[in-house]
Amino acid sequence: MELVTPGFGLFIWTLITFLLLVFILGKFAWKPILNSVKEREKNIEEALYAAEKARQEMQNLTNENEKLLKEARSERDAILKEARELKEKILSDAKEAAKIQGEKLLSEARKQIENEKMAAINELKNQVASLSIEIAEKILQKELEDSKKHEEFASSIINKVMIN
Amino acid sequence: MKIARKPGKLLILFSLLLAAPFTVRSFYSSANSLDTTDPHITQNTEEQEENINDLIMHHIADSHDFHILDWKDHSISIPLPVILYTKEGLVTFMSNAFHHDDHGRVVVEKGSQRFVKYHEKIYYASEKADSHGSFVNKGDDGAILNDKPIDISITKNVFSLFLTALLVVFIAFKSASNYKTNSRAPKGFASFIEPILVFIRDEIALQNIGEKYYERFVPYLITLFFFIWIANMLGLMPVFPGGANLSGNIAFTMSLALLTLILMIFNASGDFWKHTFWMPGVPVPMKLLLAPIELIGIFTKPFALMIRLFANMTAGHIVILSLIGLIFIFKSVAVAPASILLTLFIYLIKVFISLLQAYIFTLLSALFIGQTMATHEHDDHH
Repeated sequence: MELVTPGFGLFIWTLITFLLLVFILGKFAWKPILNSVKEREKNIEEALYAAEKARQEMQNLTNENEKLLKEARSERDAILKEARELKEKILSDAKEAAKIQGEKLLSEARKQIENEKMAAINELKNQVASLSIEIAEKILQKELEDSKKHEEFASSIINKVMIN
Repeated sequence: MKIARKPGKLLILFSLLLAAPFTVRSFYSSANSLDTTDPHITQNTEEQEENINDLIMHHIADSHDFHILDWKDHSISIPLPVILYTKEGLVTFMSNAFHHDDHGRVVVEKGSQRFVKYHEKIYYASEKADSHGSFVNKGDDGAILNDKPIDISITKNVFSLFLTALLVVFIAFKSASNYKTNSRAPKGFASFIEPILVFIRDEIALQNIGEKYYERFVPYLITLFFFIWIANMLGLMPVFPGGANLSGNIAFTMSLALLTLILMIFNASGDFWKHTFWMPGVPVPMKLLLAPIELIGIFTKPFALMIRLFANMTAGHIVILSLIGLIFIFKSVAVAPASILLTLFIYLIKVFISLLQAYIFTLLSALFIGQTMATHEHDDHH
């Protein structure tokens, strides 16, 4: 019976001590600890959230980059294609132009050559004519040295003219 | 396996070495001193058993001085202050004024008042001594007739209580100091304490009291847990400054259970009172029948708390002391190894129970508080 009869002294001392303990520790120990634990938990939560967000953003950025790259590549391809086409066109145009020009030049040259040739022929004709005249002169002079022959010649010419 | 077995053997050897001289000598000489002080007791076995029974009860009970050991028939103990609230006001003196007497033979005179100590209780001394030299008057049934002053002495248990409180304060402030400079993961001492705090907050308070109110009870529950745990562990310590059966004392468990009861009653929701006194959804005769049952239910919960801790800790002490006592009942040193091995086994269980009981007390306190605070949203379905 002694064992289960609570003693007043210990009862009162326990109450006082424990209440003081709850009050003091609650205010100066547990509360600061729990507050900083809470703070830390919040920070961790936030950090995790931020990391997740950053990861998402990174993903987005990568996707965007990829898209941009793809676009750039296709644009480059388009430009290249265009350039190639342009080059072909220019080349063919140039070829055409060159051909025409060449032909023009050629025909001109040919005309020139023809002209030159005609001029040369004319000159040659003239030359030949003058030479012939000279020669004829010389021959005539020689022939006319004797009058008979001269007369003969003259008459032959007259004849010729008269016949004509 | 070899390495695993070795520390076990060492531990047993060590505990034998440690336990044997202390407990055996203490028991032996205490038993002897009881024999010498009480002339009725003779050396037959039955009396010896009764002797050991007394001894165990003596070890479990509170005491006015802190007994350390007996040395050559001389008891070495630390005197503790006796504080009495008498008819003439407060009276204080040191307990060694009684000269280790516990049979009411030594009278301490303070002013006009005379005090004697009989079985660790202090009485106003009678005018004359009886045939045994004792200044207490006993009735025919052996009950003591003397008046008692209100005893608020610093007894062994109160001393142990203060020590427990000091240790808890030390633990709390030591870990709190870590958070002043460190806002990252806890270091050192705090890293051991923090998981316990977080566990009590999340698994005990939050789970049982609910999200809305749990925070205001967390400091109480944490203090409760550490207080009981440290008190239990100090009680397990075989030598000074531990060894007081503080948490196995019903006054201690009663005051803690009372605080839980107060918290239960003062935080109870209107809904709870309605359910207690006028249970909705049952016929009127049943309501009348249920009201007293529910009312008693409020008190049985903390009462169970009180008894559970008290009985667990006291029972553990009794079992350990009885196992040691076997040696003296069988009067053979040959029993010692078995008895000490068993003691060691119980001891290790007790270390676990110390933690478990602290947890249970805290958990149930939170649960009971949570129950009275709960508001029911399903009244119509009762």
